[in-house]
Amino acid sequence: MKLVTHNMLSSKCLKGVVKGFPLKIHAVEVKTHEVEFNKEQVIRLIPKLEWPALCEAAESLGELSGLPPDVGPDFEGDEDFLKKAHHILFEVDVVNGELECPETGHKFPVRNGIPNMLADQKDHSADS
Amino acid sequence: MDKVFSEYSRKGNSAKFEVIAMSCRRPEHQAPPEIFYDETEARKYTTNSRMIDIQVQMSERALELLGLPDDKLCLVADLGCGSGLSGEVIEEQGHMWIGVDISPAMLNIAREREVEGDLILGDLGEGLCFRAGVFDGAISVSALQWLCNADKNDHKPHIADERKKSSNMSSDQSKRDNNGSYLTLLSDSPMLIFQARGARAVFQFYPENSAQIELITAQSMKAGFSGGLVVDYPHSSKAKKFFLVLMTGGPQQLPKALGDAETAEVAKAKFTTKREKMRGLRQGKSVKGSKSWIMQKKERRRLQGKEVKADSKYSARKRPGHF
Repeated sequence: MKLVTHNMLSSKCLKGVVKGFPLKIHAVEVKTHEVEFNKEQVIRLIPKLEWPALCEAAESLGELSGLPPDVGPDFEGDEDFLKKAHHILFEVDVVNGELECPETGHKFPVRNGIPNMLADQKDHSADS
Repeated sequence: MDKVFSEYSRKGNSAKFEVIAMSCRRPEHQAPPEIFYDETEARKYTTNSRMIDIQVQMSERALELLGLPDDKLCLVADLGCGSGLSGEVIEEQGHMWIGVDISPAMLNIAREREVEGDLILGDLGEGLCFRAGVFDGAISVSALQWLCNADKNDHKPHIADERKKSSNMSSDQSKRDNNGSYLTLLSDSPMLIFQARGARAVFQFYPENSAQIELITAQSMKAGFSGGLVVDYPHSSKAKKFFLVLMTGGPQQLPKALGDAETAEVAKAKFTTKREKMRGLRQGKSVKGSKSWIMQKKERRRLQGKEVKADSKYSARKRPGHF
């Protein structure tokens, strides 16, 4: 699971959860692998992101590495910032671990890079 | 999954479909999707070139109906992404995607194939696990019909009698009551694509019967969408494809279906005797074997979505006799 996906995920699918965002990450295994830098992609994505949640997630993985706490108004021209954002969004991959719902504390396992957002706690990793 | 499950006959102009034959080959009747698509079935699905072709074609058409801007990069949700066949089509068009599916075996294969989009194991019937307003659009290929069955104890089959009851409910309430699983999905989607005004969600699906079509369209209209059903090649039983196009942000023109023309009436066998042939001529019908007849036939087959050679000055030209 890339952090860009984590930034979109919410535990709204659980009963009684209103916002369910951001999910806390308890990572066991994190991999980084290089992904081609696409400037337009990052520029288009940044307005959609909840930036503080991304920073929080990055920090919990120890990947914050100089990411500013706020997005500047003229981020589009800031190549250095965009590269950093690209790294944290696309190149950091949570392979194994858990996501925790901030409201109910319900835990969603992450296996093989795929978060299991099913509400009933059946761990499908055994049969896959 | 391109079996011809049921056949429909078109009644006049009312565009109503009626089931005349039904087959028990629908996979969604055999088991819930997370059970049906096990390791072997998922593998089969992804190595069968015919299935891949059909999936890719339908994904391309769904994306076309979605009408994303060409010059801008968009984020698309792939609902029921399976092994990422439809996702690859989104990649080719230069957009980003995030896929949700309920079958872990399918997702593992998608992961093996190293698709670009990120994958999430989730139940579309339980509602979508996304923050509101992040996607520019959503597509779903051959997934909606899976949500029309009650697979779990807490799923209530959403039958016609219940419709009245649920129509008094807000979409929020019905979500909590889990009243017919796909209903949750349809009432969730506007939140999903909320951000971009005029954003769309396109669901390709295999409806079982006319009641199911009516139910699905009624639910989506109730959830506050404009839009409707686009039926490609309505006169062909094989090439016929159903696309539910949901739109937000004011009335918009529904995209045109492929191969839908009033002229595409299926012709009966004709001109058996000279007398009938002459009568046909008087009524303005073309003679079998004549150029206009061949052109009409080609047109008809084109409307059915079959492969037809392009028209040229040589089309239907008389060949020189050999003897």
